[in-house]
Amino acid sequence: MSGQLINLFAALLLLLAFAMLSQRRILSLIHLYTAQGVVLVCAAAVMGHATHQPHLYVSAGLTLALKVFVIPWILHRVIARLNVRWDVETLINIPTTLLAGIVLVIFAFNVAAPIAELSSSIARGTLGIALACVLLSLMMMITRSKAVPQVIGFLALENGLFFAATAATYGMPMVVELGIALDVLVGILILGVFLFQIREQFDSLDIRHLEKLKDQ
Amino acid sequence: MSPLGAASQLLEIAAALALAPLFAGWVAQCRAWLQNRSGPGLLQPYRLLHKLFHKDSVIAAHASPLFRIAPYVVFGCMTLACGIVPTLSTDLPLSPAADAIALVGLFALARVFVSLAAMDVGTAFGTLGARREMLVGFLAEPALLMVFFSAALISDSTSLTTIVKTLSSQALVIRPSLAFAAVALVMAALAENARVPVDNPATHLELTMIHEALVLEYSGRHLALIEWASALKLFAYACIGIALFAPWGIAQAHAPGALLLALPVLAGKLAVAGFALAALETLSAKMRIFRVPEFLGMAFLLAVIAMLVAILLQGAP
Amino acid sequence: MSAAPMLTGALALAAAWIALGVAGLAAMQRLRLVAHLLFPLGGAVGFGLLAVGLAAVWQGPETLVLPIGLPGLPFHFRLDALSAFFLMVLGGAAAGVSLFSAGYFRRSEGTPPGLLCFQYHVFLAAMALVLMADDAYAFMVWWETMALASFFLVTANHRIAEIRRAGYLYLLIAHLGALAILLCFGVLQANTGDYSFANMRAQQLPPFWASVAFLLALVGFGAKAGLVPLHVWLPEAHPAAPSPVSALMSGVMLKTAVYGFLRVTFDLLPGQLWWWGVVALALGLASALLGVAFAAAQSDMKRLLAWSSVENIGLVFTGIGLAVLFAAYGMRGAMALALAAALYHIAGHAFFKSLLFVGTGAVLHATGERNLGRLGGLLRVMPWVGWTALLGALACAGLPPLAGFVSEWLLLQSFLFTPGLPNSFLNMLVPVVAALIALVAALAGYVMVKFYGVIFLGRHREEKLAEAHDAGPWERVGMLWLSAGCVLLGLLPAQMLDVLAPVTRLLGGGALAEGSGWLLVPVSVERASYGPAIFAAGVAASCVLAFFLVRRLYHGRVRRAPPWDCGYPWQSARMQDTAEGFGQPVRQIFEPLYRMRRQLPTAFDAQPRYAVEVGDHAWHALYLPVARAVEAAARTIGRLQQGRIAIYLAYSFVTVIAILAWVSA
Repeated sequence: MSGQLINLFAALLLLLAFAMLSQRRILSLIHLYTAQGVVLVCAAAVMGHATHQPHLYVSAGLTLALKVFVIPWILHRVIARLNVRWDVETLINIPTTLLAGIVLVIFAFNVAAPIAELSSSIARGTLGIALACVLLSLMMMITRSKAVPQVIGFLALENGLFFAATAATYGMPMVVELGIALDVLVGILILGVFLFQIREQFDSLDIRHLEKLKDQ
Repeated sequence: MSPLGAASQLLEIAAALALAPLFAGWVAQCRAWLQNRSGPGLLQPYRLLHKLFHKDSVIAAHASPLFRIAPYVVFGCMTLACGIVPTLSTDLPLSPAADAIALVGLFALARVFVSLAAMDVGTAFGTLGARREMLVGFLAEPALLMVFFSAALISDSTSLTTIVKTLSSQALVIRPSLAFAAVALVMAALAENARVPVDNPATHLELTMIHEALVLEYSGRHLALIEWASALKLFAYACIGIALFAPWGIAQAHAPGALLLALPVLAGKLAVAGFALAALETLSAKMRIFRVPEFLGMAFLLAVIAMLVAILLQGAP
Repeated sequence: MSAAPMLTGALALAAAWIALGVAGLAAMQRLRLVAHLLFPLGGAVGFGLLAVGLAAVWQGPETLVLPIGLPGLPFHFRLDALSAFFLMVLGGAAAGVSLFSAGYFRRSEGTPPGLLCFQYHVFLAAMALVLMADDAYAFMVWWETMALASFFLVTANHRIAEIRRAGYLYLLIAHLGALAILLCFGVLQANTGDYSFANMRAQQLPPFWASVAFLLALVGFGAKAGLVPLHVWLPEAHPAAPSPVSALMSGVMLKTAVYGFLRVTFDLLPGQLWWWGVVALALGLASALLGVAFAAAQSDMKRLLAWSSVENIGLVFTGIGLAVLFAAYGMRGAMALALAAALYHIAGHAFFKSLLFVGTGAVLHATGERNLGRLGGLLRVMPWVGWTALLGALACAGLPPLAGFVSEWLLLQSFLFTPGLPNSFLNMLVPVVAALIALVAALAGYVMVKFYGVIFLGRHREEKLAEAHDAGPWERVGMLWLSAGCVLLGLLPAQMLDVLAPVTRLLGGGALAEGSGWLLVPVSVERASYGPAIFAAGVAASCVLAFFLVRRLYHGRVRRAPPWDCGYPWQSARMQDTAEGFGQPVRQIFEPLYRMRRQLPTAFDAQPRYAVEVGDHAWHALYLPVARAVEAAARTIGRLQQGRIAIYLAYSFVTVIAILAWVSA
């Protein structure tokens, strides 16, 4: 039963990753990111319940606070301050991106299959999905030309990693997890400052402007 | 063929024929409520059909017999489709004659006929509608087929009754692959039934319409049949969604009591589905026709991922 | 009575075709005799071959050695279930096409009628003999006869430069293919020097040489079948030929290539490797997708059908690839299903593509137009051609309850077996392939709506179309037979599958579950079943019931008026979608597949013109560079040519010296 639920949450995570890949609006991207956070919280809580590991509850709570409330709130503020609710420009058109996404999914599933054999977790089947989420988020970062979606892609990538850890080994040790949580929080703050700097410098958030920084 | 099976088959077709316009009326009514309008009333589709049947049919002077045959073929296809999808019972004598793939073929047959009929009169809007309908069709059809395939992988069968039996005997957990399949099915169904993000059933604005452009030349009883057939199609898609994702309450074979209970259960589920559809239509805006391939491509890819996930998680405990 | 009655009968029928051809030579200019006697007799021979094939498919193999050909090299013939099935397809399609041809050929064709009759019947006989050949020698002789006869038939109108060019391209690629097949047989005989198929069967080739033989067979037979990237001749040659010949080439000749491929892969080779299946699957899929995408972009009706043939051959090879895959992993039941799908599609395609091609022939004769942009509304003036072509188009679109749907259904069913494969990568890849097959099938519907709608429906795009005449009596009979084939193959799949069962058993497949009367049941009723007759009866019953109820409860009044068209007052036939317009969405979605050149009018053009030219990437990326390289090499070698006898003698002299030195060393 809980194994089934974990599988379902894994599928939802992948679904949300694909939705992010196909999304054109920044605001919807943030909503999708929040939804991913909710799914992660549920997955961690169900895992904790199924395996009687209390630290998973802690990590679920941490995820809830950080990924469902704090980070989306920061992102909302950033895009409100930067006034960037416009459509996202993509470097490659979306159907092609999605096709590449399918290829990535097949690749990830096959790469993860032998690793999953080694694990004894009830959710080892989902390792492939977690890996696929990571790869999809990475691809989202590559294909977007604006800075904010790239940041969201980075955050989604971290979500995938978190899920992989939860699924394969029942979560990382508490210290590591807290460290990562702090890293992400500091990371988003720094990136926020960074975004303002980019805008001040170039009057735009298009990262193609960064090419000008290259030493001529 | 058992007598009970024959009875449930007939009951199912009769229920579909009778309830389909009501379902269309319910969706329109919900849409009106959600948009703060008072709405035409639940029975409006019946009044419309009655009116159209009474009117003379006006046909273009040079229309060929194909034009007059097509409404009957489309209506026949949709009736059979409603008879195949298990809505009330899984003991259906017609079910072995057509599985999920044949059901998709049946929808395709109806679509091809209505498109050919639209081209028959040879007007600008008719051909435009035919082209757009086929465009929507060739993208939505594989998506629908892949949705069925991901359900077929779970139950190891493409027979709709077996799929429903397998799925309804499980715990109340949706299979992960079906989560993808559900999204894909909703997207394909919106496109196939000319609902809002793809087409607006209430519009007659020439350049944006798809379905209305197809049936522009029809009038009188032919139009009535086509309208009834599209109500049946919407009904069939809603029933496919129910059969795949909420199959509980569909009577198993040899249970006359459950058969009687199945009707109110179906009505309740349809009411929820209709409201959800209306809400979805109210919340979304119609997209440009050039965005439609992207929308349907997305549905297609989601359905493919559903199959992949089904295969990946099949080996897992 | 000989020991091999069926084989003798089939050989006699093939000989009868040759005799009819020779009789045609004798009656060189007598059109009426040729048309009204020889062609219908050829059709009768076709029916005979169909009957012999049907009887022989149940029997064990029969062999015969005929001492014709070179001394010491007799022809071996063999008739087993596989040959019998393909003879049935050949006979059935040829019967319809021959009957149609009886009314089709006119004096205006470039080749005199008698010669045409000779080429036509030799072509048919050669195909029949290829199917019965049991040694590489006989196979290659009749294979080349078939290629040559069809080349002369393609270039029947040899006064047109474009047709000569198409014929040349066809001959070139056919010979490249024949070379590969010859090499393949060379590998298969494994240095024993015995080129009979019986000997090849007995050889246990090591995997490397087996793979070489398989790849050579794929190239050789793929070139004849029109598999990507060796398909470029097909959309040129098929439209160039007279329509009945196009019908035979598309409907039957491509299938002889499939026959050869099946014979080598499943019969002559000792076993199959899994990656062969992947290669065949990938090429088949590429052909299917490319074929249907290009068919959607065509504006010449015969070229559209030719591209559609590329698509259908692609589907057949996809089925065969899947069968190889299953065979390599020992899944005999699934292999039988995939093979049955491929074979069923072969039979179905033979009928519906022949029907559509002869239909375009009738349209061509009636109107003189091949360009879809100048046709339209022909259903009203040519009802016979129009309604039979509708059946063909629906079958070709893969719609139930006609022939095309059954094979599509079987193919999709066999894809559902793939989760049983032990290779996880294939497990993941195959659903994607199934999705693409579904996409191809849906696109085929688009293409057929375009084909049928633009030619037969709507209003006449040209004034002269109103005077078009319907097909003559012979042509009607031929088309009726072909459309009956489409309908029967669609409605009786369980019976047809019984015919296919010996063939799949011969090729190493397991048993298919018995079809129970009207139901097609590949595995078990719980798993999947399809009953087209019940299905068709259901649709027909609800149609008829609706018709009578509406009449009874309401009325049947009809008024005729000008079309409504949103009240737009000025309407003309030019406002309908052209073929280019109808194909535009597909062209846009699959843009990377085409090499497109467009000429768009600006808003200020006094006489706006729109033109679009759709080219094939394969032609520019593969063939032109090869052609250029060959030309460059030829120029280099050409330097040797000096024009002075003394230098030529010096070449020979140097060569002789070099060889002597080499031999002595």
